[in-house]
Amino acid sequence: MGKSVLLIEDEPNIIEAIGFILSRDGWTVASHTDGATAVDAVRKTVPDVVILDVMLPNRSGYDILKDLRNDERLTNLPIMMLTARGQTKDREMAQEAGASCFMTKPFSNKDVLSTLRELAGG
Amino acid sequence: MTLGFNILVATALAYVAFLFFVAFVAERRAADGQSRWLRSPYIYTLSLSVYCTAWTFYGAVGYAARSGLEYVTIYLGPTIVIIGWWWVLRKLVRIGRAQRVTSIADLISSRFGKSNTLGVLVTLLAVIGTTPYIALQLQSVTLSFAAFASVGDGTAEVDLNSTALWVAAGLALFTIVFGTRNLDANERHHGVVMAIAVEAVVKLFALVAVGIFVVWGVAGGISETVAAIDQSKIAAWQVPTSKWIGLTFLSAAAFLCLPRMFQVLVVENADEAHVSTASWAFPLYLLLISLFVVPIAAIGLSIMPAGSNPDLFVLTIPLSQGQNSLAVLSFLGGFSSATSMVIVAAIALSTMVSNHIVMPIWLSSQGSSAVVSGDVRYVLIIARRVSIGAVLLLGYLYYRLSGGGSALAAIGLISFTGVVQVLPALMGGVFWRGATRVGAISGLVVGFAVWAYTLFLPSFGASAGFGPDLMANGLLGWSWLRPQALMSISGLDPVIHALLWSMILNTVAFIVGSISSFPTPTERLQGAQFVNVFDHSTRAGGFTGGAPEAEDLLVMSQRILGGRDAQNFFHAAARKQGKDGYLPEITPDFLFSLERQLGGSVGAATAHAMIGQIVGGNAVSVHDLMAVADETAQMMEYSSRLEAQSVELTRTASQLRDANEKLTALSVQKDAFLSQISHELRTPMTSIRAFSEILRETDLSTDEKEKYTGIIHAEAQRLTRLLDDLLDLGVLENGKVNLNVQSANLENVLDHALSAAGADRDVLIIKRNRTKEDFPFVTDIDRLSQVIINIVSNTVKYCDADRPELRIAVHHMGQSVSIDFIDNGTGIPKTQQDVIFEKFSRLSDHKSAGSAGLGLAICREIMLKLGGTIRYLPGQGGAAFRLVLPIEHALVAQ
Amino acid sequence: MDDDPKLPPVFLERASYRRRRLRDAARLWPVFGVILILFPLLWGQSGENARTTSGALAYIFGVWGVLICGALILARVLARPEKEERDQ
Repeated sequence: MGKSVLLIEDEPNIIEAIGFILSRDGWTVASHTDGATAVDAVRKTVPDVVILDVMLPNRSGYDILKDLRNDERLTNLPIMMLTARGQTKDREMAQEAGASCFMTKPFSNKDVLSTLRELAGG
Repeated sequence: MTLGFNILVATALAYVAFLFFVAFVAERRAADGQSRWLRSPYIYTLSLSVYCTAWTFYGAVGYAARSGLEYVTIYLGPTIVIIGWWWVLRKLVRIGRAQRVTSIADLISSRFGKSNTLGVLVTLLAVIGTTPYIALQLQSVTLSFAAFASVGDGTAEVDLNSTALWVAAGLALFTIVFGTRNLDANERHHGVVMAIAVEAVVKLFALVAVGIFVVWGVAGGISETVAAIDQSKIAAWQVPTSKWIGLTFLSAAAFLCLPRMFQVLVVENADEAHVSTASWAFPLYLLLISLFVVPIAAIGLSIMPAGSNPDLFVLTIPLSQGQNSLAVLSFLGGFSSATSMVIVAAIALSTMVSNHIVMPIWLSSQGSSAVVSGDVRYVLIIARRVSIGAVLLLGYLYYRLSGGGSALAAIGLISFTGVVQVLPALMGGVFWRGATRVGAISGLVVGFAVWAYTLFLPSFGASAGFGPDLMANGLLGWSWLRPQALMSISGLDPVIHALLWSMILNTVAFIVGSISSFPTPTERLQGAQFVNVFDHSTRAGGFTGGAPEAEDLLVMSQRILGGRDAQNFFHAAARKQGKDGYLPEITPDFLFSLERQLGGSVGAATAHAMIGQIVGGNAVSVHDLMAVADETAQMMEYSSRLEAQSVELTRTASQLRDANEKLTALSVQKDAFLSQISHELRTPMTSIRAFSEILRETDLSTDEKEKYTGIIHAEAQRLTRLLDDLLDLGVLENGKVNLNVQSANLENVLDHALSAAGADRDVLIIKRNRTKEDFPFVTDIDRLSQVIINIVSNTVKYCDADRPELRIAVHHMGQSVSIDFIDNGTGIPKTQQDVIFEKFSRLSDHKSAGSAGLGLAICREIMLKLGGTIRYLPGQGGAAFRLVLPIEHALVAQ
Repeated sequence: MDDDPKLPPVFLERASYRRRRLRDAARLWPVFGVILILFPLLWGQSGENARTTSGALAYIFGVWGVLICGALILARVLARPEKEERDQ
């Protein structure tokens, strides 16, 4: 049985693409689009890995990440941040907030897969 | 030869139709902004002639036949008042304009601390004093009809009561149509004033024509006329000193206090300079109208059969001489005199009744919510219309109940004496800062009671309980309380007796009440405003405390002033403070001017209460009290300088604050700009890259392939659109844009844009007024369509109502046209209203895909290039945008 | 000198001075009118001062006419803008 991933992202086409890549690799993929309820969604499902977009409707990805890290059960949960704003400032903010790794859009499918495998295995 | 009664009725109807036409044309002209000739000083002078009612037209001759020269006192009083305009009238008119006074009740109420009790008192007094007078006019019209019928062939029997009813109904209709057409902020009625002016000319012309006929046609020349006068019983009359002085005073006071005179003198006044022209022109009018009264009376007494009614000589002399057309002209003159008085009186009374009685009751029954949500304007118009009907009905009932018996002049003088009870409060209020509300109320109540006891009720005789016993022995048998001989001073004419006592006791009560009471701060402030109106006619009232939302005030004002006027007023106020848009800072200054503006429609007391409900506290601030305390010119000077400086400072500060906020917002946005662009470009690219890699690396089913290439295609298009928008905006912002200016019809442009924006019937209900859209204009049609499409498609996307509606309202404003787009959603919160036109300023809770928030920024740039503006219009219920565009595009961009 | 109407200067220019006196005249004119109108009360009904009705009528309308002419002149002069007057 494959590992599970929760994809928090609001662009339907990107959800479709990542979903396709991961499920083909044997992952169980769930997705969530709303920033305001994202923390609850993670608490409920507790997946093996979380992919978190920075620009979400209603709430920023950084704030969601901080909340997750403040939850004892989720302190060590592997979380990959996705951002379309690839500035160094964004990378720093992601690290500060406690992201396990950081990836810039557009990404190569291979990179996404290998990074996720690494996160889930580690 | 006889004159058919039906022909007379037809003539009267034709004349009325003509008056309707005149009023209608005048209103049209005024609406088109060509009101200058409507507002000449001569029209103003002629409108003052509502002073000369049927009582003048018919009654003056009767008066002269009974009491000789005494009748001229009725015209000498007003002559003195208006020649002495520098004393009183000039001040009243200035106060009326500065305080936006709507009626004499409003003036008194406003002066004494915006007290509605006083407003109600004066209104009641005016209604009671005016009703008999209206009855008198109805009576004169019916009598004149009857005069014709009696010399006719007798086949048409005149039903006096039904004639009076028809006349009253017709007058109510005219007054409602032209008196309550709109709630003009200044309470001016162009149509009515014009019709009154025409009637003034008709009645003067008719009376002079009859006079000339009598002197040269009947008597045979001036010397014969003089001889006839000296031989008639008029010559035996003597001048009682008390009557001569008393009646001159009475008519002078009534000229200022009569509700209808106040209406034409002060409320309808368009320009203070008109008063100076009227100061000689109106006495001239009065002179001409009284000139032939004595000759007509003298000749009438000598040639008419004994016992004929001298009140109708003006009509019966031409009839007896077979001069039917002159008689008809004379009939029209009398008709004009009666109708003009009734119309103006009804307007003046209905304004008072609706502003001081109906509105306060309605407001208190609705609670504070009504101010914002209720349709005040509608209620007000209905109240005015009902009041007009009620006033005329009262007049008619009075006519029926009184039986129309007593001589015309008697009712006139009784009425005058009642109405002038306002005089002490009026003069005291305008000239004496120490006058207080308590004083004014006491004076009015005492004066009114004395008048009712000594003159008004006795005129009803035994039916009102004033039988011979009471008249002879006094109340409770105390002879010093005899109604017509108070303190046992007998022998005076009843009118003079009532006038003397009511004025003395009224004034004494007013002064004692004022001296022994202490005014509230608002009263003191208003007192200073009124008495020193020439020194500082700028502010009144006083609001401090709570900071109301400008939007709430705008919503309320729109209900009263109407959307257009309220928006213009708010926009102008915001601009004066150096701000853009429709919401000014809520400064005390702004509240003062808003209150005054509203007061022009609903009266000062009501306006004050309404704003008070929104603003919260209505205490007077220390700053306001300074104005009261500043007795000396130096202090006034000092404070006004400070005020000017502080206004300047407030303005600069407000500008700076705005600029700073904008700069901060801009710099945050500039910072965000690059990452925004990056984000907007990278998001579609992410999908494109991911799916193209999938397509390249994997074996997919045909369905999947088709689906994924479809996504790639759509995202590529989105990318293109975004780049197009960015380039478009860049070009527009740099001003290197070529406008393709052409002529088109706005209706077609809207049709085209609406269908292009996908606003189908099942998506969005569109409400339009196509007749207003049907006009040609010249601009870059494609660019304008782009703006409209953007606004409409935003509505389609974001309007969150269950059944989305979009109302499109087009208005012409001189050389430009405004197009409003108003939907029924929740609108845009105030915090966001300022930034929606900035780049990438998508609202936070967007549900959009594919919109980068550039649309409105582009719209703003386009409108700028077209020489117009786009603004967010707050307070409309939903989201609302207003485009303003010149009708002829001047090539600004190039 | 008197740029500021709120601080009355001690000495007025000739034109302003003239204007103020005209205002005084405008204020006094109705007082004069009242006196003229009260005159007929002194005539009495009989005796040497008595007048015929037509005579009284002529007097009153005469006074009326004079008052109107005076008001006309005052209104015309006072309506003239202050500027123009200063230039004279």
